Amino acid sequence: MARRLAESEIKNLTMNFGPQHPAAHGVLRLVVEMDGEVIERADPHIGLLHRGTEKLIEHKTYTQAVPYFDRLDYVAPMCQEHAFALATEKLLGIEVPERGQYVRVLFSEITRLLNHIMNVCAFALDVGAMTPFLWGFEEREKMMGFYDRVSGARLHAAYFRPGGVHRDLPAGLADEIAEFCRTFPGFIDDTESLLTENRIFKQRTVDIGVISQEDALDWGLSGPMLRGSGLPWDLRKSQPYDVYDRMDFDIPVGKNGDCYDRYLVRIEEMRQSLRIIQQCLDELPDGPVKTQDNKISPPGRAEMKGSMEALIHHFKLYTEGYKVPAGETYTAVEAPKGEFGVYLVSDGTNKPYRCKIRAPGFAHLAAMDFLSRGHMLADSVAILGAMDIVFGEIDR
Amino acid sequence: MVSFWTAYVWPAAAIVGYILLIVLPLLGCIAYLILAERKVIASMQMRKGPNVVGPFGLFQPIADGLKLLTKETIIPAGANRVVFLLAPMLTFMLALVAWAVIPFDLGWVLADINVGVLYLFAISSLGVYGILMAGWASNSRYPFLGALRSAAQMVSYEVSIGFVIVTVLLCAGSLNLSVIVQAQEGTAGLFSWFWLPLLPMFIVFFVSALAETNRAPFDLPEAEAELVAGYNVEYSAMMFALFFLGEYANMILMSAMAVVLFLGGWLSPIPYEPFTWIPGIVWFALKTALVLFTFLWVRATFPRYRYDQLMRLGWKVFLPLSLLWVVVTAGALVAFDWVPEPVMARS
Repeated sequence: MARRLAESEIKNLTMNFGPQHPAAHGVLRLVVEMDGEVIERADPHIGLLHRGTEKLIEHKTYTQAVPYFDRLDYVAPMCQEHAFALATEKLLGIEVPERGQYVRVLFSEITRLLNHIMNVCAFALDVGAMTPFLWGFEEREKMMGFYDRVSGARLHAAYFRPGGVHRDLPAGLADEIAEFCRTFPGFIDDTESLLTENRIFKQRTVDIGVISQEDALDWGLSGPMLRGSGLPWDLRKSQPYDVYDRMDFDIPVGKNGDCYDRYLVRIEEMRQSLRIIQQCLDELPDGPVKTQDNKISPPGRAEMKGSMEALIHHFKLYTEGYKVPAGETYTAVEAPKGEFGVYLVSDGTNKPYRCKIRAPGFAHLAAMDFLSRGHMLADSVAILGAMDIVFGEIDR
Repeated sequence: MVSFWTAYVWPAAAIVGYILLIVLPLLGCIAYLILAERKVIASMQMRKGPNVVGPFGLFQPIADGLKLLTKETIIPAGANRVVFLLAPMLTFMLALVAWAVIPFDLGWVLADINVGVLYLFAISSLGVYGILMAGWASNSRYPFLGALRSAAQMVSYEVSIGFVIVTVLLCAGSLNLSVIVQAQEGTAGLFSWFWLPLLPMFIVFFVSALAETNRAPFDLPEAEAELVAGYNVEYSAMMFALFFLGEYANMILMSAMAVVLFLGGWLSPIPYEPFTWIPGIVWFALKTALVLFTFLWVRATFPRYRYDQLMRLGWKVFLPLSLLWVVVTAGALVAFDWVPEPVMARS
């Protein structure tokens, strides 16, 4: 009898968290092994949203590859186009006109706001506060309106192209964005009043999913996940691209590397983004927004009607595309979620030989087991929320 | 033969009539509480809420009810059928029977029993069984975790509610709910109700009532972000509707209890004419609505507690606090010779 008792083993509760789960942020399947409510092991299974983006890009011209980047992290589309555009420009060896660079920085920061609102509010929803989410979506709606005005699409903009941006800002948009910058801090204050000093919110997030600087670096974390641990690492400062070197902004860092610090970092980054947007609007120079080399960027519509050469350029660009000199580059931008990199190899033809995408969320999700071990089930939801993952970019 | 009719049949018919008089308006209140919740939370979130079905969305509850009625009841293959079907019925039934002892106005009570408070306490403690049975019978993991959480939660908050009720009893000198209301009558109107002298207990009661009814921020058993829908994951159609209605009936019940114990039941807040002309039931309904509004307000404002934090709050904060307050109240009553005469119900 005693022997039989000794042999009987207590099995942990294994639970499938997702892929159909309201807090899985898409199609995450997390297999959690639990002892009661305490997580012993969390095993993320990915790939449910795999679309073969990298392989598809190998069969598309450089222009046709741009929209794929919108569909990676669909919460922050333009920042990813930015990475691809910068990589292609580096291989082509061209410089974007100043106005184009300013417009790109302007919209990169709008995208950052778009992403951080989504994340902060969805995070609040994950820990049970539902009101910020609804408030946030109203603000997101305004910014998607800017996307719409400038590119014709609310989400999948395909606006940043190698060589600059697709079109100049429409008349009056700059004033609308300036007006938005005046009202937006009010929204941040309202959201903070519901969350930042809320005792329950703090109980749910402080000291949850703590990661030290060394561990964060070892796990390859970047963006707010890394800055939350106290390391002021931001590609916009450390290796500025476009006109970020002319912008005056601060990098907020956390202290403890817990979910609460990541939340605070994102809130402060929103305020800094507003500063950058304001500076872009104030300093916006006149001039073209894309390179004037018609071998790379298409000529204007009106010009095409009168000039034979422009028509030929247009035809060649939209059928064959442009040839990119052989070479390879790894170019990264500070996407809202972290370091988003594109490793582009060209063999001198009109299509990339290889396009490897480095998605920040992939590395973050890999740390899920490390972060959530020993926490309770409810904490894993908070950790996942503060991680800011989007499956478009993780599964690619 | 005549005596049989007068002794049994007519009284029984009258009781059935009274029950219908309580239950039917109550069901209407539940339906419109759901609509009110959606409207109130919507306006806090700067949206409109339901506004398509009928004027201002007033027919929305009817549409929702019809939808749930016409849906298919699905019983999972692994479920224990009997218990699975019994659980929502039990929850809903318990939420309704508790209303027997609630006094809506002076003498407007179905069963004016001398142990009314104990009856309420007993019935609300039974409520946990519906959820436990649902979680167990579903034979599925999320409902199981939800049921475990709910059992732990309801048991721990029951204890502090018990002590809160003891303090009220000490002050009122009776377990009869009508007498408790009458004990709060005074020239100071709303300032002579028990909420003022027993303010800490009123707050403890309100928070415990939130936990007892599984409402935000204590909605762990059905926490959407963690357990999807907790104990009612596997339920559909009318079985789900019964849980849903039961939850809202419990909310109204807890609000009514708060009104009776602390907010002077049917008494007018200003005990002078013309305010005393307004029927007591109106005051009762208004006060209940006020407490219910607070339930909704809390839901729109706060994040959700974690399981262990909830237990800590219940056992380490509320229990000692309410115990201490029982001692303080009893001490004060004895020291100043304020102990009320034990009162029996009029009968």
